[in-house]
Amino acid sequence: MKKNLGDKIFKGIALFSSLFVILLVFFLFVELLIYSFPSIKKFGIYFFIDKIWDPVTERYGALPAIYGTIVTSILALLIAFPLSIGIAIFISELAPPALKRPLSFIIELLGAIPSLIYGMWGLFSLAPLVQLKIGPFLQRILGFLPFFQGYPLGVGYLTAGIVLSVMIIPTISSLSREILMAVPIDQREAGYALGMTKWEVIWKIVLGNARSGIFAAGILGLGRALGEAVAVTMVIGNFPNISVSLFSPGVTITSVIINEFAEAAGQLKISVLMELALVLFLITFLIMGLARYYILKRIEGR
Amino acid sequence: MKKAILVILLLLMVFNIYGAVLINGAGATFPYPLYSRWFYDFEKEMGIKVNYQPIGSGAGIEQIKAGTVDFGASDSPILPSDQNKFNLIMVPTVAGGIAIVYNLPGIGKGLKLSRSVLVDIFLGKIKLWNDPRITSLNPNFKIPPMPIVVVRRSDGSGTTDIFTQFLSAISPEWKNKVGSGTSVNWPVGVGGRGNMGVAGYIKNTVGSIGYLEVAYALQNNLSYALIQNKEGAFVAPEIKNIKSALERVKVPSDFYIYPVDAPGKESYPIVGYTFILIRRDLKDKEKREALFKLMSWIYEKGDKMAEELYYIPLPKNIKDLALKRLEILK
Repeated sequence: MKKNLGDKIFKGIALFSSLFVILLVFFLFVELLIYSFPSIKKFGIYFFIDKIWDPVTERYGALPAIYGTIVTSILALLIAFPLSIGIAIFISELAPPALKRPLSFIIELLGAIPSLIYGMWGLFSLAPLVQLKIGPFLQRILGFLPFFQGYPLGVGYLTAGIVLSVMIIPTISSLSREILMAVPIDQREAGYALGMTKWEVIWKIVLGNARSGIFAAGILGLGRALGEAVAVTMVIGNFPNISVSLFSPGVTITSVIINEFAEAAGQLKISVLMELALVLFLITFLIMGLARYYILKRIEGR
Repeated sequence: MKKAILVILLLLMVFNIYGAVLINGAGATFPYPLYSRWFYDFEKEMGIKVNYQPIGSGAGIEQIKAGTVDFGASDSPILPSDQNKFNLIMVPTVAGGIAIVYNLPGIGKGLKLSRSVLVDIFLGKIKLWNDPRITSLNPNFKIPPMPIVVVRRSDGSGTTDIFTQFLSAISPEWKNKVGSGTSVNWPVGVGGRGNMGVAGYIKNTVGSIGYLEVAYALQNNLSYALIQNKEGAFVAPEIKNIKSALERVKVPSDFYIYPVDAPGKESYPIVGYTFILIRRDLKDKEKREALFKLMSWIYEKGDKMAEELYYIPLPKNIKDLALKRLEILK
């Protein structure tokens, strides 16, 4: 096959673009690694198992931050995932056509709101609500569980998880909606022709077909929750702490970096923060990678 | 013709930049509202432009050490050994008090807190508002039985530095267990980011207590406590009480001092200075002169503006000492 010059140039540009992204990720990783070297050398493995964060004596442990990041993100996913799928099903299958467009638009708008605004909403509206209403309510009905022990302060894992869930609903729901809509009409009609009810068609045919795609949407949402910084910092409570109770304040990797970076003086402190960034990088990479792997395996196994 | 005009415009721009002296500064956020007003008026009066970026004390110190700005600003003093090592002069510009603020339903300002009670609240030893140690100090208030929620800064901050210096000064236990610094390992409590973050938490959380720059406490209408000073008197963070404290603390010529826990019956015990840092080896002669002009202008004409914005002007003896330090710029 003969190729003309335009094709070659285009191919070159496309190749360069994709290589550029790979190189960017690679250099980001290398740079973080270089900067975090003093911290890695000083703390070694203790960085990951030490609970103390004491700037006065320069003892830094990342465990509370890693724990907080994972707890708030998973909590957010637990809240947002079912809701988002509900939204997606409603828009793609059930809503009258006149409602479809405005509803999708509003949800996409929700995704465009800056995270600072979610943080302010969390701090000024949600936190008092959690302290005075939601917290005591959960305690009354589920107080026997270790997750709901102690005095609700208003800020903490629970509030951060709720704020994060609202922030990732647009990502998950709009992606899921696209995926549901991509399920061929023929298949639905075949289901109805066999005498299936609407519920059966949605559950077995539409969701059955779109399952792996919806999981992928959830993972993307989780990725956003892991990396969210500003809003979480405002509502997490910023207390380096590991607690099973969702009412207690905690820290996340991003909140520690945001809080400490501006005033970080000295090589060690900056290096410690860089290592935290590296840890977040690796956690995100790992979760995304694992999720991808399982989803791919699932699709191929079917 | 058009080209000629363009060339003239360009020349004008170039000369405009090089004609006027420009001073670049960066650092502390706490004095920023005041600095921006000071620098604006200073430019109007003296024709010298000051460009200030509130990027945080730590970053300000790093930048002046590296020599990328003409002055750095910091809320906490830097060690004399560091001043020498990096060839820096450090002088205070203005002072401020730190209020202990709280949110208790039905209780306004004026709750009395003794020194040991304050320390034990922040150590997490006193957990309830109706603890007998608090109620016995305040027989006039009907204090509700409520858990105490300690609120403090989550970001590194000069305010935290001054407050923890005070706690270390009055309690050996605090000094050993926690210590002092721009950020510390707090035994209890939740952290808000920035003064606004702390003010927001306190406003929204019943039963909370925290520390804030007086200006932020007043602007947010928060109730503040009367704190027991060295002489045993309970004092409010008012201008005259903060001034009394500043006047009674002897200041060394390198200004490395935390004027906390000052003697004097009227003195409010939690106060601090905010500083600017200038390189002794600054090469540019024009900039040296401009910086000297700026500082003497601030000391001479800045007091009124400072008080309007709830900052505390420096006592005269400290201004004189600072000017003497700055002579070498001339």
